[in-house]
Amino acid sequence: MRTDTIPLVRAVRSALNAEDPSAKVTAEPVTGAEIFVRALEAEGVEVVFGHPGGAVIHIYDEIARLKPRFQHILVRHEQGGTHMAEGYAKATGRVGTVLVTSGPGATNTVTGIADAYMDSVPLVVFTGQVPTKLIGNDAFQETDTIGITRSITKHSFLVRDVRDLAWTIKAAYHIARTGRPGPVVVDLPKDVLLSRAPFTYPEEVHLRGYKLPGPPDPERIREAAEMIAASRRPLLYVGGGTINANAAELLTRLARKARIPVTTTLHGLGAFPEDDPLSLGMLGMHGTWYANQAVQHADLIIAVGARFDDRVTGRVDTWAPHAKVIHIDIDPACISKNVPADCAIVGDVRAVLEQLLPLVAPKDTKAWLAEIEQWRAECPLTYETHDGKLRAQYVIERIRAKTGGHAVVVSDVGQHQMWTAQYFRFLHPRTHITSGGLGTMGFALPAAIGAAFGLRGRSDWPIVCISGDGGFVMNAQELGVAAAHRLPIKVAVINNNFLGMVRQWQELFHEHRFSHTDLSDTNPDFVELAEAFHCVGLRATRPEEVDAVLEEAWKVNDRPVVIDFQVVKEEMVFPMVPAGASTSEMITKRLTPNAFV
Amino acid sequence: MQTEMPTLTPQQILRRRKAGEPILPDEPEQVHRHTITVLLENTIGALIRVVNLFSARGFNLESVTVGETDDPTVSRMTIVTTGNDRIIGQVLRQLDRLIDTLHVEDLSGSSFVERELCLLKVSYTNETRAAIMDTAEIFRGKVVDITPNTMTFELTGPTSKIEAFIKLMKPHGILEVARSGRVAMRRSSGSWLTHEDPVLKLSAER
Ligand SMILES: Cc1ncc(C[n+]2csc(CCOP(=O)(O)OP(=O)(O)O)c2C)c(N)n1
Ligand SMILES: [Mg+2]
Repeated sequence: MRTDTIPLVRAVRSALNAEDPSAKVTAEPVTGAEIFVRALEAEGVEVVFGHPGGAVIHIYDEIARLKPRFQHILVRHEQGGTHMAEGYAKATGRVGTVLVTSGPGATNTVTGIADAYMDSVPLVVFTGQVPTKLIGNDAFQETDTIGITRSITKHSFLVRDVRDLAWTIKAAYHIARTGRPGPVVVDLPKDVLLSRAPFTYPEEVHLRGYKLPGPPDPERIREAAEMIAASRRPLLYVGGGTINANAAELLTRLARKARIPVTTTLHGLGAFPEDDPLSLGMLGMHGTWYANQAVQHADLIIAVGARFDDRVTGRVDTWAPHAKVIHIDIDPACISKNVPADCAIVGDVRAVLEQLLPLVAPKDTKAWLAEIEQWRAECPLTYETHDGKLRAQYVIERIRAKTGGHAVVVSDVGQHQMWTAQYFRFLHPRTHITSGGLGTMGFALPAAIGAAFGLRGRSDWPIVCISGDGGFVMNAQELGVAAAHRLPIKVAVINNNFLGMVRQWQELFHEHRFSHTDLSDTNPDFVELAEAFHCVGLRATRPEEVDAVLEEAWKVNDRPVVIDFQVVKEEMVFPMVPAGASTSEMITKRLTPNAFV
Repeated sequence: MQTEMPTLTPQQILRRRKAGEPILPDEPEQVHRHTITVLLENTIGALIRVVNLFSARGFNLESVTVGETDDPTVSRMTIVTTGNDRIIGQVLRQLDRLIDTLHVEDLSGSSFVERELCLLKVSYTNETRAAIMDTAEIFRGKVVDITPNTMTFELTGPTSKIEAFIKLMKPHGILEVARSGRVAMRRSSGSWLTHEDPVLKLSAER
């Protein structure tokens, strides 16, 4: 058994050696570092988020010498770099690229790689490595990067021979992009970057063990259409896979044609316009009461690019107890993982919906929709607006009003994330970016920066980062990148001087013991912090200041603006299904109204 | 004592049946043993990815064997695992999803041959020697090493046979046992390579 990780790439090399006039080629042997740069160019990479170091210094030298068409963005911390690549990928649908050195450079990418793995984000992360001869010797800045990242990557490669480099890079992008997208790590020993080979970039690679789903089974699609026709209380449950497959418009047409109400997951937000009466907003732990009620009363759940996550289902054996389940997903391993499907359609969501749409006839769902409207009236999303105090929900609603929903919103992790999901009312796919699966605090600022690089020249919608005061500090150093590139992103820090989401659990389930969640003594002055990074810093402390401060922020277009929104700390996210509870045991409001501490 | 069970809807009953999960309060879970064969890239990385999957996803792993096939770029693993239908379905799909796996097949349910190799070292005296040899004879065990007071047997067969042999040898004083874990193959004329795959052929030719 070889230690090699890339026999399959080797296997295709000879197949593709056949003279291909379109392949990008150099006649003379060039160094691995040059092959790397040329391969990224040939792949059409636009932006590389990277940080140099000894193991990759030759690549950086080639970037300076060859002046490639891609832009290299020097990040301040490699974790920030991976989240930037994620934001870039989520906003554009393209593969994000990261380049870091060995050892600490590589280990700093681990959180971002895990995040991308959980949220199916296409990334290729290139890590430097000590020379092949030193691997295993505890050499300076050596880590077993492949070993560390194995369970959080879709695949990984250690390149041991410079002749395999170009193929491996092609294969890495191919794997990251196709099927269910995900992160791929390519580990590059220094000697491989220094040795020479002629450069040939293949037009395509064929990996013998990589099985992509074929066209969807028309028989299953017909069966699904029949189940939809027979149902009386159907519900579309839409996840991020729909957006990944660029199928949001088709999904919207399907829902409107058959008059089926739609609820989305956190990552599904934007797949269906939330101003449509058929929209029930988000479901699950902090989803709307009416979406969760609809789930519990539906007789048919049509899951589209969703994976029945525990934050969606709560206690899974009591979830949707009356519903048959149609499950459409590109990843066969997702199907029947948590809830057995009665009709499983494996395939590209877009291809499936294209075929399903003509088979589905308009339905009469009036009675079902009326029932849902009752639930909506019974328990709408609301918050206190009469006490003159500033709340996150209000800030988010005013940002929504300011942008009309034509903005890319990147949220961090915590209460503010849930309020963003509940109150922004998303209209368009790829306008809501957040860390869902891993729930990584510190994601939002770098991801917003990555989205800004991705959308440059593609869209003039503003990029709004909505972060908590806790999470913002986790990657605040990346403000330096945003300022250096004069990115006009708007950063709203929802400052409750608390690790608010943890505080909420402590209040609800730990008898108000606010253990290590109070940040009021340690938080920086966010306005001064912004200014130290050459950004504009603004502040609002009362509801009536919000519109004016937004107005001022929107006037700035040559650098980032950070707004410190000082909100009340006692606010909680409702409704809520406690972890592990059944969806029907939802808490809809504060249990003890006088529990303010 | 009766365990309390909420009333189930017809849909919930169907779901549980599909997953092989219990429906009645006292019903045991339908857990079965499955023998799965996996063809994979013959690299350490590929092997680790497969084994890692079992620990990362919390699947049972009763035994695992691996060895090169007639194609030096491909190795074959035989995995024995247990679980209900939902879990076994997950094991198969998760294995298939790995890029290093070329072919994944659940042999249980079809007709297949399954064998295990066992080396067993037992101590003997002049009094016990004949009885030990008789038992070994019945099981078609072969003596592969002998010293003045120990004998080492080699035995192949289905797991049940190996286990019976070990049980009978126990009273004589077993010193060491080494078992290979199971290897298995489907009984049929086909092979996993019957479909035309240009890249597979390529690697076979190399
Ligand atoms: C890296 C990381 N560490 C810890 C957590 C656990 N966690 C989830 S939400 C949260 C509080 C977040 O506080 P803040 O950023 O101020 O947002 P808020 O909830 O107050 O809106 C914590 C600590 C996490 N999700 N990620
Ligand atoms: Mg906070």
